Amino acid sequence: MNILVCISHVPDTTAKINFTADGTALDPTGVQFVINPYDEFGLTKALHIKEAQGGTITVINVGPATTEPTLRKALAIGADKAVRIDAIPTDAITVAKELKNHISANSYDLIICGQESIDYNGQQVPAMLAALLNQPFANACVGLSLDNGTATATSEIDGGHATYKASLPMVVGGKKGLVEEKDLRIPNMRGIMSARSKPLEVISSTEGEGITKAVSFEKPVGKTAVKMIDAENVDELVRLLHEEAKAI
Amino acid sequence: MSILVFVEDWSGAYKKASFEAVAYAKSWAAMNGVKVVAVTGANAPAAELAEYGADHTIQISLGRTAMGIAGQLSELGSDATGMVVAATSLGRSLAPALAALTGGALSTNTIGLPLNTSPVQVKRGAFSSKGIETIELNNALPIISFVPNSIGLEPAAGEGVVESKEVLSNDPLEVVSTEVASGKVALPEAEAVVSAGRGLKGPENWDMIEELAEVLGAATACSKPVSDIGWRPHSEHVGQTGIQVNPNLYIAIGISGAIQHLAGVSASKTIVVVNTDPEAPFFKAADYGIVGDAFEVVPKLVNALRAFKAAS
Repeated sequence: MNILVCISHVPDTTAKINFTADGTALDPTGVQFVINPYDEFGLTKALHIKEAQGGTITVINVGPATTEPTLRKALAIGADKAVRIDAIPTDAITVAKELKNHISANSYDLIICGQESIDYNGQQVPAMLAALLNQPFANACVGLSLDNGTATATSEIDGGHATYKASLPMVVGGKKGLVEEKDLRIPNMRGIMSARSKPLEVISSTEGEGITKAVSFEKPVGKTAVKMIDAENVDELVRLLHEEAKAI
Repeated sequence: MSILVFVEDWSGAYKKASFEAVAYAKSWAAMNGVKVVAVTGANAPAAELAEYGADHTIQISLGRTAMGIAGQLSELGSDATGMVVAATSLGRSLAPALAALTGGALSTNTIGLPLNTSPVQVKRGAFSSKGIETIELNNALPIISFVPNSIGLEPAAGEGVVESKEVLSNDPLEVVSTEVASGKVALPEAEAVVSAGRGLKGPENWDMIEELAEVLGAATACSKPVSDIGWRPHSEHVGQTGIQVNPNLYIAIGISGAIQHLAGVSASKTIVVVNTDPEAPFFKAADYGIVGDAFEVVPKLVNALRAFKAAS
């Protein structure tokens, strides 16, 4: 089983987000970057599959050299090798095409992405990749079992779940549930030591400019001061929700 | 020259997000002086779409998966100058697949109508609602996937022509089964959400949360710690790595308001926080706050809302 896990390099969930003075990009000053939380579930799932039936886990990122510590962390958690496609991608379709070119030149049985990255929140790359590869795709995937080249995937849909079957290879957009939060692997000292000698291959970009452009970023307008209401006077809350907020 | 909009139905019935998609397409089409072509399922009540601006509605036997439908739309939309999809669970897979198949330039998580049309610029949520991006779609086929409930729903007359077509769908993914809970309001599209956290002290105390949700016609949700310890299902976890919601009303009971939780709810129009701790960070993100014990406040609130509903 040859598994590819796509890894995004994103600001930590607790990071304060600021933008550059001209407002056209994230200001990375003081921001700690981590493996995208959605991707962590996919990486641990890949480890479970490898432990059950053998195989090789490759982690991949499309990005500049600054993302390498995140790939090294994925190696320390247990991936066998890493690939970085050297590019500064400006949109999801460019990332998906870079990944597609690598995947077409190699042979993966299963491609696991996080359903979205917590930086641009596009939820685009996994479905684009599946469409470009013409492979089956399960998004918001919260359960995956493999049996002899056939995958059974459970996905969250509005108000419930869907169960899908597909022949491998396929693309999965994963999230919590693919493995449980308590089962997520973290790097141990042995993993960190061995990650230093695992291969991290840098390959050249094959794509050019993107077709979308970030014009500007702004921070959302904050709430005006909260109105406190006495716990004995919930009727006042109901009145405000109706008359002022028009929420009921 | 037209804006093509995909209009989802659920077992032959439309929801608000369906009409919002048509209204979005109508507003955009009006900026360009073009028509709205809606594509919808064979069993959907297609005539209803004219009230929100559909000029020409094509009913087809839709594929059962996002990839299958994306193929059908790319075939039907070969002369479209823009496409619109509502970001339901289906739409969130469909829009990027459609962009990959057509070569169109995509904005997802879009939270407003186009600011400009040549080239198209729209605002979208980024960095888990900690930022708003203005994105430009530099391409002959801009595709917009918008967050349901993020724009107003204005009726607008369309020509209302309806026809049926045959378009084959093709997807290597086989749907084995789908299970959808009936009678409950689905969280991502809910107009009101009642959410509770560890302040509830145990899963046995959720009855009053369910009751409050029922009075409001709201969906129930929970904080991450509550889903992690198994008091409530993962599907109710609202926050940065759970579901991101944008209802008109979000009521948080016994949730302190960690930054990761706020990321999932800050797009809500009105936020009410009930917490015993007056220093809970959630109060800074709230419109209305009550410092008090959930076990006393929630039953009172249920009664007050029942009285309000009975009187109105």
